Amino acid sequence: MKAAEVKLLLTSSPFLKQEDDMPTIMRQVIYSLVPVSLAAIYYFGLGALLLILVCVGGALGTEWVFSRGKRGRRLSIADGSAILTGLLLALVLPPAIPLWMALLGAVAAIGIGKMVFGGVGSNIFNPALVGRAFLQAAFPVALTTWVPQGGWQSLARLYPTQFGMPFAKTTVSAVTTATPLSQMKFAGQTTDTLQLLLGNTGGSLGETCALIILLGGIYLAWRNYLNWRVPVAVFASVAVFAGILHWVDPLKYAPPMFHLFSGGLMLGAIYMATDPVTSPVTQRGCWIFGIGIGVLVMVIRTYGGLPEGVMYAILLMNAVSPLINRVTQARIYGESRKKDKG
Amino acid sequence: MPETSTSKPPENMDTFLKGIWKENPVFVQLLGMCPVLAVTNSVINALVMGLATTFVLLMSNTLVSLLRKLIPKQVRIATYILIIATFVTVADYTIQAVSIEVHKALGAFISLIVVNCIILGRAEAFASKNTLGRSVLDALGMGGGFTIAVLCLGVVREVLGNGTFAGIPVFGESFEPWIVMILPGGAFFVLGGWLLLFSWLKQRKKQTELAA
Repeated sequence: MKAAEVKLLLTSSPFLKQEDDMPTIMRQVIYSLVPVSLAAIYYFGLGALLLILVCVGGALGTEWVFSRGKRGRRLSIADGSAILTGLLLALVLPPAIPLWMALLGAVAAIGIGKMVFGGVGSNIFNPALVGRAFLQAAFPVALTTWVPQGGWQSLARLYPTQFGMPFAKTTVSAVTTATPLSQMKFAGQTTDTLQLLLGNTGGSLGETCALIILLGGIYLAWRNYLNWRVPVAVFASVAVFAGILHWVDPLKYAPPMFHLFSGGLMLGAIYMATDPVTSPVTQRGCWIFGIGIGVLVMVIRTYGGLPEGVMYAILLMNAVSPLINRVTQARIYGESRKKDKG
Repeated sequence: MPETSTSKPPENMDTFLKGIWKENPVFVQLLGMCPVLAVTNSVINALVMGLATTFVLLMSNTLVSLLRKLIPKQVRIATYILIIATFVTVADYTIQAVSIEVHKALGAFISLIVVNCIILGRAEAFASKNTLGRSVLDALGMGGGFTIAVLCLGVVREVLGNGTFAGIPVFGESFEPWIVMILPGGAFFVLGGWLLLFSWLKQRKKQTELAA
């Protein structure tokens, strides 16, 4: 009686279904960040791995606490968004930051940045950047202390500053270095572009190696997991802005290549600005959003008090992205071209 | 409820207590946010601000309640402001006489008590319609509620942002201060945190009442 089982299936459209759901996309983004994390561990040793683990653990723990009695804890943890937020937070922190501060940052990222707005998909600002902005405002010294990069021979190193007692001042002092951007800002020195591309400079955990980040971005853009318009708009506007400044006074202002590959611009433009929740949904809006970030980055880097401005530029543009969505609504076919005054 | 009109004392108690908990001017009505966010960066500042506001609220409620039948409706707001400004000046000079440092720390926010919407709101909504006794109770309740609220913020912000409580170190020398808590941004974080706590408590109470 097997034949009776066959039924005629009647359904309405859509017949084609997207294979990808949110957890899949999150997983793909995390995979594309694995090379970036490996580069971070290569340059900053075992301490970098420890920092990543603490941030991811803190993000998952906070997600678990906040998702009590909601759509199910296992679901909330399994969608991978908390892992991604924790990983991104670790990648934008200085390598030798005390681990308790990093944990606090992860709690702030998920708690203040995401869950108070209603969880995944409802946040206004990029959660990882909220966590970093919170830490930057709370502990400005620890967030601007950079350690020099290393290589194979120093792979096993940990940083004594990482193991500071929670809530206590850091008593041990570490060997510090300057990032290419702070060298530019305070000493007027540029760094070789090849070194910036390879990541052989001081800086945040995952922002130094521009080449690997770029490759990850190209992979995600090829798989259509990120809107390529945002990073392209950021890079183009930064290049144009820096190009004009450099053309006006080559001695005072760094060349565009330096600005493109130094600091957190690559990581920010590819992994933070393209966050589908906090960036505009219209294509025209994405261009405006990206150009806004690029211009703000250059304004902060050139005229601001801080050497780096990618974080604040993205957060500021996050705040206006609902407005961008409003003004770039597509005209519905048949509607008048002129604005109706109704 | 017809019973409440015959039993006076519980009603009076309620007039006083509603300002502290059920209608707390800061945590429930979200009034007077300007001083709440601006001068709560230390316990002393918060306490002085709370007491000064309570004093002005008490005096203005008293006078408005006494004069409520004499003030013409058309000019009542101007009259209230005049009464409030008088006592703000008194509070201003008193603080200046007692401690010049606190006066400097609070700055323009003492004068700005004049435009604090809690005080004008109580004058308009309560004192102008109620007897002297109830108006005084209302002022004490609302003022107390405001003082408790600013202290809640002040304690958290000073302990985390400076490692001290009213100037006394609580964690010892080696405390790493969270500078954000002293900054204006910290005020929003702490206020949000307290609001979250209170709404959570209220929700839980409602749920247990429903379950019972």
